[in-house]
Amino acid sequence: MTSLIECQDIWKIYRVGDVEVQALRGLSLTIEQGEFVAIMGSSGSGKSTLMNILGCLDQPTKGRYQLNGIEVGQLRPDQLAEIRNQRIGFVFQSFNLIPRTSALENAQLPLFYRGLSLKEQRAQAAEAIRRVGLTGWEHHFPTQLSGGQQQRVAIARALVTSPSLLLADEPTGNLDTQSSQEIMAILEGLNREGITVILVTHEVDVAAYASREIIIKDGQVLSDRATEPRPQSVGV
Amino acid sequence: MAAFVWLTVITALRILGRNRLRAGLTMLGIVIGVAAVIAMVSIGEGAKRAVQKQIATMGTNVIIIWPGATTVSGVRGSQGGAVTLTVSDALDLKKKIPLLSDTGWAKRDVMQIVNGNRNWNGTINGVSPSYLTIRDWSFSSGGPFTQADLDSAARVALIGQTVAENLFEPGEEPVGAIIRIKNVPFRVIGVLSPKGQSAQGSDQDDVIFIPFTTAERKVFGTPFLGSVGAVFASTDRTDDLPEAVEQIREVIRARHRLQGEQADDFTIRTQVDIGKVQEGTSQTLTMMLFAIASVSLLVGGIGIMNILLVSVTERTREIGVRMAVGAKRRHIVMQFLIEAVTLSVFGGALGIILGVMGAKLTTVIAGWPTIISSNVIIIAFFFSLVVGLFFGLYPANKAARLNPIDALRYE
Ligand SMILES: Nc1ncnc2c1ncn2[C@@H]1O[C@H](COP(=O)(O)OP(=O)(O)OP(=O)(O)O)[C@@H](O)[C@H]1O
Ligand SMILES: [Mg+2]
Repeated sequence: MTSLIECQDIWKIYRVGDVEVQALRGLSLTIEQGEFVAIMGSSGSGKSTLMNILGCLDQPTKGRYQLNGIEVGQLRPDQLAEIRNQRIGFVFQSFNLIPRTSALENAQLPLFYRGLSLKEQRAQAAEAIRRVGLTGWEHHFPTQLSGGQQQRVAIARALVTSPSLLLADEPTGNLDTQSSQEIMAILEGLNREGITVILVTHEVDVAAYASREIIIKDGQVLSDRATEPRPQSVGV
Repeated sequence: MAAFVWLTVITALRILGRNRLRAGLTMLGIVIGVAAVIAMVSIGEGAKRAVQKQIATMGTNVIIIWPGATTVSGVRGSQGGAVTLTVSDALDLKKKIPLLSDTGWAKRDVMQIVNGNRNWNGTINGVSPSYLTIRDWSFSSGGPFTQADLDSAARVALIGQTVAENLFEPGEEPVGAIIRIKNVPFRVIGVLSPKGQSAQGSDQDDVIFIPFTTAERKVFGTPFLGSVGAVFASTDRTDDLPEAVEQIREVIRARHRLQGEQADDFTIRTQVDIGKVQEGTSQTLTMMLFAIASVSLLVGGIGIMNILLVSVTERTREIGVRMAVGAKRRHIVMQFLIEAVTLSVFGGALGIILGVMGAKLTTVIAGWPTIISSNVIIIAFFFSLVVGLFFGLYPANKAARLNPIDALRYE
């Protein structure tokens, strides 16, 4: 059986003018289906760069990345878009909801590009909104929602396509403790349902939700260990 | 796909509705361009139709031969020169050229006409009966004079509508009345149906027709009997006109004993030639409209392109998000193209409404005839669509070529 994610000797080199930045330097990593992984590391260590590559938003300069056995490095932009649409959900630190567009329509967005009928889009988006506990807020615009609520809409958008992989780059970075806990509880729930969750964070309590902790330093894996499953959280 | 297009249109409308002032200003170029095209084409079509109607009043397939050569500038020499066309020219043409269905002749002078205490200065035309059929004159009452009237130089007259109105009381029947032309009594035997203005703008109904022989012997006092002001001929088919003109030229040159190098001492024109002058005028107008239309549509298109480029920049992050959740390049291209086309088609529709109103107003205020054809509306609409597509293409492609990560990072 192939692993969900297999990275081998991945390099990512940015060139800014004459300066060359090696964001990833020969990083290798394997993640199985159903894992809950926290990636940590100091600022500039290459966490976001890695997440972008794992999420097929970007391609490595060198090295092999296989997602579900598919060699991602060889794919064209439209094929990458297809994979993002079918298999991956993103949650960003800054929510990245489309402004002046309702919560429901934001959650609908990935389905919009799947060619589903409008009715199906609505129904599935409403279900996703329900799963993040925002029933009743469907027609609110992002500006009418709190940060925590906005991030929940973003999670609804990420899970509406039933992805096998959910990537969250500092999802709680802009949130208070209370909201952070709510968001993490949702992610934990999704992981229990079988979705592989990879999350980047600077906060130890947030990382504690994961069952595996990877620390990155200078574009390489510094440590990789299984962590104690934290006590079951009570309620959401 | 249908759901995608539909939702994209709704999104586009919402985005445009959000920036109504900006969208309005952007559309202005298209609105003005399309409105100008519609209004002016309608006016041009109206004018063209009016001119065509006037040319048709000349009669069908008519050839006119005037005495006097054509100068280099294309203007006919004065008619006061040597007598170069005669009745026998006209008769001989008919005999020698089978293509001609008929020939007629005419000579005119302005004179005073009197009926009781009313008088009128009108154009007296001494004509052959055939002239009336060639020029397609019909009668609102009475009828034409005959070959017998011509042979006997009968004192009978046909009067045009304008003359009838000026010589007779309203309700008074002119047919049968006696009028005096240069003190010679004439019996009115017919009133002509009105023809309106000629293509040159003169009143075609301000005419009196009398037999040619009567005119030259009793009214005009011509020194050379048989000299005519113009010879008229007609063919059955319009296609025969050029050939007929060539044959007429040969026959008259032979009759006038003109040698190889000598210039014609007469001028031949057909209705087609006269129509061509009018066509030239309307073509100039069309070209002008075309220029105005192109410039304003171009300006409108550039406006749309500009606003879309701004929009692409403003919404870079949104584009990044859309790409992150699976939008392909063509989805992004479609989104911006649909926005561009929505703008331009909306502008086009407004322009059509404005243009039609403008044309109607012109008719009401200036009294110019206007014709609003569905063709021009369809073409204008189509053009605004094409402008939107064309000028939307660059911004749309620019958006679609964004790298998702750079777009997501964009501040
Ligand atoms: N588009 C880019 N162009 C040039 N350099 C880049 C680009 N993106 C990232 N880098 C560089 O690559 C390195 C890794 O950046 P990355 O964003 O992955 O760090 P990070 O671990 O996510 O940091 P943080 O915790 O602050 O988010 C940094 O030195 C950064 O300056
Ligand atoms: Mg980062």
